[in-house]
Amino acid sequence: MSTAAVAVKKNSFRKFMNSNNTVGHVFAFPFIFGFICFSLIPIIMSLYYSFTDFSLGSKQAEFIGFANFIKLFQDEVFGKSILKTLQYVAISVPLKLAFALLVAFVLTRPTRMVTLYRSLYYVPSLVGGSVAVALVWKQLFARRGLFNSLLTGVGLQKINWFGNESLAIYPLILMAVWQFGSSMIIFAAGLKEIPPEYYEAAEIDGANGPAKFFRITLPCLSPIILYNLIMQTISAFMTFTQAFIITAGGPNNATMLYALEVYNQAFKYNKMGYACAMSWIMLIVMSIITLAIFKTSRLWVFSESDEG
Amino acid sequence: MREKKLIRKIVYHVLVILFGIAMVYPVMWMISGSFKDNAEILRGTLALIPREPKMTNYATGWKGFGGTTFATFFKNSFIVSSIATFGCVLSSSLVAYALSRIRFRGRGFWFTCMLATMMLPTQVIMIPQYLIYYRLGMVPGYVPLILPYFCGQAFFIYQMMQFMQGIPRELDEAAEIDGCSKYRIYSQIILPLLKPSIVTTIIIQFYWKWDDYMGPLLYLSRPQSYTASIAIKLFADSASVTDYGAMFAMSTLSLIPVFLIFLVFNRYLVQGIGTSGLKG
Repeated sequence: MSTAAVAVKKNSFRKFMNSNNTVGHVFAFPFIFGFICFSLIPIIMSLYYSFTDFSLGSKQAEFIGFANFIKLFQDEVFGKSILKTLQYVAISVPLKLAFALLVAFVLTRPTRMVTLYRSLYYVPSLVGGSVAVALVWKQLFARRGLFNSLLTGVGLQKINWFGNESLAIYPLILMAVWQFGSSMIIFAAGLKEIPPEYYEAAEIDGANGPAKFFRITLPCLSPIILYNLIMQTISAFMTFTQAFIITAGGPNNATMLYALEVYNQAFKYNKMGYACAMSWIMLIVMSIITLAIFKTSRLWVFSESDEG
Repeated sequence: MREKKLIRKIVYHVLVILFGIAMVYPVMWMISGSFKDNAEILRGTLALIPREPKMTNYATGWKGFGGTTFATFFKNSFIVSSIATFGCVLSSSLVAYALSRIRFRGRGFWFTCMLATMMLPTQVIMIPQYLIYYRLGMVPGYVPLILPYFCGQAFFIYQMMQFMQGIPRELDEAAEIDGCSKYRIYSQIILPLLKPSIVTTIIIQFYWKWDDYMGPLLYLSRPQSYTASIAIKLFADSASVTDYGAMFAMSTLSLIPVFLIFLVFNRYLVQGIGTSGLKG
């Protein structure tokens, strides 16, 4: 035991306030308080309400067992919203990560301009969450918007993006992919950590560009890919503002992302109990998917320890 | 050989720049739209240069709605974002210090809880949180938009913990031998050394909060209390024809603080995200 540790120990006997237990709890207090008040209690309340017909203004919430959940599975909008959200996540997240990785890889060349380029590619991530850009996006895909001008410019037919049930989700997906900047920066940091000797050795063995990418870059980056995959999947599931502003769920609920439907049920239709049940389904689905990603990660994430 | 290399280099830069321009095109289109009139915007032209640039959009946009000007909306946004950001930095650094430096009972447990909140979908706690504030008589009001930020934000706590691992423990130990309490170690050793991480937190938290739409949507109801994000959406909600020019003008203004922060702290931001990872 170091002298410092002995000193700490002595001190902790002398002064209660300076004991590790006290100090730790004092410093962690904001989180402990916040966790209990803003996470734990709400989670318990939410679980309870999901078994009631609670709505704001009604005197007493009545316990109705699994009725909300049974109703959910008969609810057409709910089914559609789950499918559309899964489609949104399944297309946008892999595309976003692929773009992020590709651009990060292309921008590793040591030129003076790289910082400028990275900033340029980061701009969409910087402003993409704002209402302002969502409103612009809506206009870009309008009937007489910019994308249709582009299409007619190359001799194609105009597309009624937000009037077509099967197409309406794609402007939203494109917007998510467009914001690949922050993932790109994380990848770029990871790329810098790969020892150049790996590449040199591979070159001596006669490996070409793609071989180097798939045999060295990808395995070395796999822990970062896992991190990005999980964070992006979670945030994609919670996408709200874009759907709320650009399409408001339409046409015919074809872009009713799950977070939007929960909001609508709770605050538009004042079906709080029902919305809580919905949010619990979301929690379960997201947990299953996150867990599945973690489980399969053993197969494709390459950790330092088994490099040997 | 040398020529070939040069050509490849030029092609590389041209492609990267072209693609980059395509990336920022929507934002530039919005800025140029703020100088165009409605008819020109609705024609959906690709051109970025307005036919006859005019500033009237800014004047009409600034007037706002029902007698409340954008001066009020921007002021509200600024107050909410600043206070929340201050709270976030303060509380997150405190919690990060406890979790990374102090061995107290329950540390592992609270650390797990913190990681769990990072993965918890907002939608699950959104409704009960609203009800809690509602019963406490805080809706409508700013408290729900600010208070949670004084309780530490898991994402930033985690980022600061990672940064603290790079601060040598010998510093703490030496200070302790000199009779320094943990409270002073935090305020006089850790906090100053944490500066790069704090700057990253300030930037990111500020623009997240500045852009936040759902919070103000839930908790604000009087137009005088609206933040800029809510107010901008009002342009699109108006019963008559949307004034796109004015909407884009105010949107452009709303992005200025974000861009300013980005330009000034660009270096910190890229470093910070790179070392800690960032969603969004």
